[in-house]
Order: sequence, then structure tokens, then C-alpha cells
Amino acid sequence: MISSGIEIYPLISFILFFTFFILMLVFVFRQDKKHIQEMSNLPFEGDKNPLQ
Amino acid sequence: MELEKFYYDNRIVRNFSIAAIVFAIVAFLVGLWIALELRYPSLNGPYSWLTFGRLRALHTNAAIFAFVGNAMFAGVYYSLQRLLKTRMASDLLSNIHFWGWQLIIVAAAITLPLGYSTSKEYAELEWPIDIAIALIWVIFGVNMIWTILKRRERHLYVAIWFYLATWITVAVLHIFNSIELPVTFWKSYSVYSGVQDALVQWWYGHNAVAFFLTTPILGLMYYFVPKAANRPVFSYRLSIIHFWALIFIYIWAGPHHLLYTALPDWAQSLGVVFSIMLIFPSWGGMINGLLTLRGAWDRVRDSAVLKFFVVALTAYGMSTLEGPLLSTKTLNSIAHYTDWIPAHVHVGTLGWNGFMAFAIFYYMFPKIYNTKLYSEKLANAHFWIGTLGILFWALPMYFAGFTQSLMWKEFNPDGTLVYGNFLETVIELLPLYLMRAIGGALYLIGALLFVYNIIKTATSGKLVAQEEAEAAPLVGEYKKHKGEHWHRIIERKPIQLAIWSTIVILIGGAIEIIPTIFVESNIPKISSVKPYTPLELEGRDLYIREGCNACHSQMIRPFRSETARYGEYSKAGEFVYDHPFLWGSKRTGPDLHRIGGKYPNSWHYNHMWAPESMSPGSIMPKYPWMFSLEGNDGSLDISATQKKLQAMQTLGVPYTDEEIANWESTLNKQAEKIAADLNKDPNIDVEPNEEIIALIAYLQRLGTDIKNEPTSN
Repeated sequence: MISSGIEIYPLISFILFFTFFILMLVFVFRQDKKHIQEMSNLPFEGDKNPLQ
Repeated sequence: MELEKFYYDNRIVRNFSIAAIVFAIVAFLVGLWIALELRYPSLNGPYSWLTFGRLRALHTNAAIFAFVGNAMFAGVYYSLQRLLKTRMASDLLSNIHFWGWQLIIVAAAITLPLGYSTSKEYAELEWPIDIAIALIWVIFGVNMIWTILKRRERHLYVAIWFYLATWITVAVLHIFNSIELPVTFWKSYSVYSGVQDALVQWWYGHNAVAFFLTTPILGLMYYFVPKAANRPVFSYRLSIIHFWALIFIYIWAGPHHLLYTALPDWAQSLGVVFSIMLIFPSWGGMINGLLTLRGAWDRVRDSAVLKFFVVALTAYGMSTLEGPLLSTKTLNSIAHYTDWIPAHVHVGTLGWNGFMAFAIFYYMFPKIYNTKLYSEKLANAHFWIGTLGILFWALPMYFAGFTQSLMWKEFNPDGTLVYGNFLETVIELLPLYLMRAIGGALYLIGALLFVYNIIKTATSGKLVAQEEAEAAPLVGEYKKHKGEHWHRIIERKPIQLAIWSTIVILIGGAIEIIPTIFVESNIPKISSVKPYTPLELEGRDLYIREGCNACHSQMIRPFRSETARYGEYSKAGEFVYDHPFLWGSKRTGPDLHRIGGKYPNSWHYNHMWAPESMSPGSIMPKYPWMFSLEGNDGSLDISATQKKLQAMQTLGVPYTDEEIANWESTLNKQAEKIAADLNKDPNIDVEPNEEIIALIAYLQRLGTDIKNEPTSN
């Protein structure tokens, strides 16, 4: 019944996601610590009266 | 550098908040009403617009798009301005967005009870409203992106990525799922049919949950939880992983709504695998949120805002663990079509969405009204009543789900079904349905306390419509320093971020949908399956108008327990002329795919007039408006029949021009035949032009075509 090579799709999907995920992990963990800290403090910039 | 003075627009935040709160109460009330209807089916009286089938769509749309939608916009407009250190780019666009969205909601609230529906879940609104949604959504996007472009903060905080991805993905989903051919102003047909329509619908339906109820709320979480806890997010790195992994994986998971159906196997398997993988980014997000409260747990005891956040995140964790588990074929075969699914959904909407929204409003209102919350005590009471409400809602429904599934599948030693009459499995659930309604009522009472508290808070202060702020402008080109990380570039460049997000979300949808639509071998044709007759097509539209698919499936799965109860399992090729598909997702009543020929016409006639006369104890409402009896005019509207057939022909249904030209005599002949058959019964007096005749014609046709298949193969 399957004649159009459709079984390749799950394989493509797996390879795509795996590569994407590994690259993302590598890049994220190579990020500069100071920058990460700056980014996580963004919501608090410009607060005149920080919360109780 | 000199600081610039500017003003945050709090009025738009306030407006969206009020809309969210008003529609929250509406959504809860309608929910409570339809929950009670499942226990007391005659509650709708003689009114068609009060039935479960029609109001269920109103409830889901009100909860998702009116309550959570407006709450999301309120939170986005509040946090976006502050994270970007600028006012929204255009007050005019903000206001068009606000009023446009409310008009859409009003249009939905009028048309859905009147039966104007496409039948596609969470996308029931007809084509003119679909176009309005697309336009208003674009306005929202333009306003947001324009604001991002004129920001005073170089880097985009992770919350904003979630907002951008939400905007892009919802636009893509809405447009592709709503491609329909208009027939009249309030009637259209989906361009997709059968299996393809089902796949596109659940790609949309699942991702409406993902990108309307999840990603924007996660964005809000990344802003409001740190603000309320007064400490930065636990791990910003984790939030980056969370974002990319979540948007990549989510888009693939739609097919788990169609396991064991006629959807091709490979697509089902992809859906399962990606659904299971979803546990990881989802839990990453939940843990990131909960651990942000590290060191602030002592404050959780006193602060209602933090309490709501904790339970919201816990509910998110529960439903995102449950979701992947339900996507496995084993659990899905048990849970699908049962009350387990509404239980799962309501842990998400009441727990995650509802509690996030309440927490954000309790946090925001005192800020924008420059005052204190009127009563922390009342907010805590709301928290406890609401939590109890969620438990009372969900636990009976889990129990009902298990009960249903076990009863549906139980066999006698001789191979017959123990509960051969579906109704036996329904009556068993009635006390649980009542308990669920009590849970809903508790949740509503909690919400009323919230409304009172918010009104008192607002009246004790004064709206700071223009909140003054200061920040340095962004000047000149940013000098990229040596060895700079690639991700920092994306954080500075919103357009690039948007483009990458778009690519990431398109991959999954494309790989699943394109082959299903274009590879013909995916849907084996069945030669004996023929298009509906004009009368049956009209009957099918009545089925859609009444929302029958809210309680009845038309998809028999290949299990012994189902084939023994309903007959031959459903094949992909049987639905090729179904624009839209009507497989349904819940069996409050039995499956109807093989109902054709199962009972005489008179059974259906009596059953639609008074279900209890044929099925004692049935919880189906009566449909007297389809009959010309007792002074009611139940004539079938055939003013658009020809247009409907022509539309179907345009969509590829093989009606000949001759068949279309002769539609009226074909329709009359079939109607007269059914009426004559019915009138043989001394207790029945029916005219051929009544709606009930068309409905019976459709029901009697359902699932019968394959019986005419030549036996040679």
C-alpha cells in the first residue's frame, strides 16, 4: 500500500529534531555567564520601588 | 546619557483585564449550565439555543478566546511595555485590537447558540468571523512588533520570544485550518475532507492548546513569577532550551488526537513520539517556574498571588505529564472518547490558565490602581475554594472516564458485550456528572469572590492611566564584540527571532500534513462510497447546526469491543466526501458511524422528538424544533441547497451538473419516500418538508456505503 517512500518521514523528523536539540544545547551552555545574569535581571530594570 | 521620559499605557491593560474578568464569569456560567444539562437533560426547555450541542462550543470559545485570550492580552500589554521600556507603539492599534476582539466575542456569543457553526472544535466560528479574527490578530502583531522595534532595551527577554512565537503560530494555525469555501454569509464548507480535514483540524486543535493556552502564558510566567517573587528566574539558560524545544516539538503532536482512527499509521506514530518528548520541555518550564520561588517559600504561606502561581504551575506539570501519557496508544485506547479527556483538559484550563490569570490580576490591579489589594484574606479564600473546585471537577470525571472505558470493553464469557446497551454505561455516570457540576459551581463562587475583591481594590485607588517611566534611548549601531555568542544576536534582532521561530514551527506541520494531503496512497479509495444526496447533505448540515458531534463520534476504532458494539471499523476511504469531517472526540452518546439502517425511520423520528420514549433514561435533549408540530414551523430551509452542491462540486465532490440541476426533484422524491414510510405508523403524521426528514435521511445513510462494496476483493 505504501509506495511513495513515505516511511522516510519519521526518520527525517528524528534526525531534524536530534540535530536541532544537540546544537541548541551546545550553544546554550557556551553562553557567557554575565550575559545570562543580565538577561535574567531584565524584568527588574527600571523598578522605582521594588516589591515588598 | 540623558534619560527619556515616557508613559506606560495602563488603560489598555485595565480594559483587557475587565473584559477577561467579565467573560471568565460568562464562560464559567455557561460551563456550569451545560454540566447541569448532562444531568438534567430537559433544562433547555423548548429552546434550541440552550442545548448542550450548541452551548458547548460557546463555553469552550468563551473560556479559551474570551477569558484566557483577554487575560493574555492584558498581561502581554503590561509586561511588553515594561520589558522594552517603551509605551505601546500605537494607542490606536491597541484600541482597535481591544474593541475588535470584543466584537468578535459578541459575534461568537450570538452565532454559536443560533447554530452557525463549522463544527471544527475551537474553530466553530463561521467564515466572516474567521476573517475578522485574522485581521484583528494582524493588528495585535503589528502593534507588538512595532513596539519591539521602537524599544529602549536592546535585548529581548525570553517572555517576549514566547509572545512572538504565539503570534506567528496562531496566525499560521488559524489561517490554514479556516480555509473554507463560503456558501452563504453564515455557511461554509472546509476545503479539506475526511482524514485530511481531521489531521489539519487536530494540528490546529492541539496547537490552539499549545500556542494559545500555553506559550503566551509561559511568557507571562517568565515575567510575573519573578516579579511577584522578587527574584530572577531560576535558570535563564533553561528558559532558552525550554523555548526552542517546546515550540519545535509541540507542533508535531496533533495526531495523538487521532490514534486508532483512519489516519495513516506513520502520522499517528510521529504524533506519539513527539508527544512523549514534550514531557521534557514542559517539565523544564514548570521546574524553572517553581524553582524561581526558591527562598521565597515562606512568603507563599501569606501571599495569595504566589499560592495561585504554585498551584497553576503544579497543574501545568500534571497536565503536561498526563498529556504525553494519554498519547501512548495503550492509554489512549482506554481514555479516548471518555470523560477522562475533559478531566485532563480542565486541570489545564481551570488550574493552569485560570489560576495564572487570577494571580496576574491580583498582582496587576493594585499596581495599575496605585493601591493595595482590598483583601488578602478574600484572595486566600478564593484560592482554597477554587482549588477545591478543580478537585471536585476533575476527580469525578477521572472516575467517570475509567468507569466508561471498562464498561464499554467488558465481555461475557460467550463473547457478547456485558453492557450491550450504551445507555447502561451513561446512567452509571449521572451522579458523577452532578459532582462535576458542584466542582464547577465552587470554582465559580471563588471567581465571584475575586470579582468583588478586584472591584473593591479598583475603587479604593485611582487608575494610573499614564504611568511615568524613564530610560535611556537606544542609540547608534550596537558594536558586536569579538567572539560574541550567536544567540545574543537573535536576542537583539526580533525579526530574525521571528523568522527562526516560524521555520521551527513550520517543520513539524509540513512533514505531517503535506504528505497526507498530496500522497494519494495514504487514503485508499473505496469505489462504493458515493457523495451524499441533496437531502442527506441538508441533514448533515442540521447535524452540524445542532452540534451532534459534541457528544457522538463517527469513527469506530479497530477494537473488538467497538466492532462488536457498532459494526465494521471506519476506513479512511469512507470519508472522502466529508467536508468537514465529523469524527467527534467524545462519546457522551454512542458512535453513529454505522447507525445507518440499524433502526427503522420511525425509531429516529420518535427518538428525536423525545429520546426517552425510545431510550429510557437517555440524557439527550429533545429536538422539537425540527418538527412541524404543536404550532412550530419545522420546514427545512432549501434556499441554499443548490449552492451547497455547487460548493461541494468545486471542492472535488463528483456531483454531475445534471445532478445539481435536478437537485429539487431528487430531494423531494427522497423526502416523500421517507415521509410515506413514517406515515405508515398510525402515531406519526409528518410532511416531507420537515427538517426531521432530512436528518433521518442523513442518519440512515451513515456508514452504509461500504456494504455495497463488490465482494471480489
